[in-house]
Amino acid sequence: MSDYKQQVSRRQFLNYTLTGVGGFMAAGMLASPLRMAIDPVLQPSRSGDLANVGLAEEDITTEPQRVEWKVEQVDGWYESEVTKSAWVFKNDKGEIVALSPVCKHLGCMVSWEGSEKYPNEFFCPCHDGRYYKDGTNVPGTPPPEPLDVFEQKVENGMLFLGKAHPRKGA
Amino acid sequence: MLQKVYDWIDERVDITPIWRDIADHEVPEHVNPAHHFSAFVYCFGGLTFFVVVIQILSGMFLTMYYVPDIENAWKSVYYLQTQVAHGQIVRGMHHWGASVVIVMLLLHTLRVFFQGAYKKPRELNWIVGVLLFFIMLGLGFTGYLLPWDNKAYFATEVGLNIAGEVPFIGDYLKTLLAGDVEIVGAQTLTRFFAIHVFFLPGALFALMAVHFILIRRQGISGPL
Repeated sequence: MSDYKQQVSRRQFLNYTLTGVGGFMAAGMLASPLRMAIDPVLQPSRSGDLANVGLAEEDITTEPQRVEWKVEQVDGWYESEVTKSAWVFKNDKGEIVALSPVCKHLGCMVSWEGSEKYPNEFFCPCHDGRYYKDGTNVPGTPPPEPLDVFEQKVENGMLFLGKAHPRKGA
Repeated sequence: MLQKVYDWIDERVDITPIWRDIADHEVPEHVNPAHHFSAFVYCFGGLTFFVVVIQILSGMFLTMYYVPDIENAWKSVYYLQTQVAHGQIVRGMHHWGASVVIVMLLLHTLRVFFQGAYKKPRELNWIVGVLLFFIMLGLGFTGYLLPWDNKAYFATEVGLNIAGEVPFIGDYLKTLLAGDVEIVGAQTLTRFFAIHVFFLPGALFALMAVHFILIRRQGISGPL
């Protein structure tokens, strides 16, 4: 930079200006479409509204029972009612546990004591996946991790469930 | 008459050199099945292109009936398949062609691989070819969802879960493809439709142009 009086030639000047203007035009053309394309990623995660599943707390036993409830699902411009289900019971400490019935192997539906061969376990009929009562997968069977657990609360003696979340460990 | 039209245009814009450049070149003896029957292995690239043309044409006509909406997608496919004259044939072309194109592409790749035709100076064309292969897989994946039947839905569910397993960006990638964090639904279908019909074909045409220009510039690889 010793030559402090560096001249910008006419050609350079035009090159820079035209590249700059062209860049602005390209950016202007692409900005909105790109923002539109990535919109789903930037949506705030939906508030986990808990829904009344129609089961009183006092009716929950230590024996897992299957509950089904309906939630409003909004899929863009398409609104529908979808049925969700869970296996609900009280564990040894008296806490309510609500497990997702979706097998962590390939997404079939597990059921409590679904096989006569494996009492006291959740059983998936698709590939003989098994889970202990607390939802932990039985080692050596196909599922790679424990069943998801629903967000839950008890209000006015009724059970409310939200979204199912995976839990750590296996 | 035709000759006159041609001459009239050629006199003004001199188109003869253009098509000469594209069409007028010798096929070397070692790639001509008329000389050596075993040279049929050189046909697979051209056959891939041929099937791609069928896919483009049949796909263009399919969109005259298809609706990418979860209420109507399956119904429109069913209608086109059962009510429209020759609809079954056009959809059949697109359906079977999708598999045939993958087979041809693999055979072409195998030929190039086992003849070592990808070696210098043709490495770049091999890379473009691999990109073309990925584009084809993408077209197959996105097209599979469009009939919106059970098989389509669950295949997409599996595919999206695979995308979700990509390290670090998996979740974003999955949402970006599905158009929703959890639901494979209305927005997934429109997205896949757009990708299948506009984005990937656009990339396909660009890469095919590069693929062909490179092979014309470098010439086909010599005999073994």
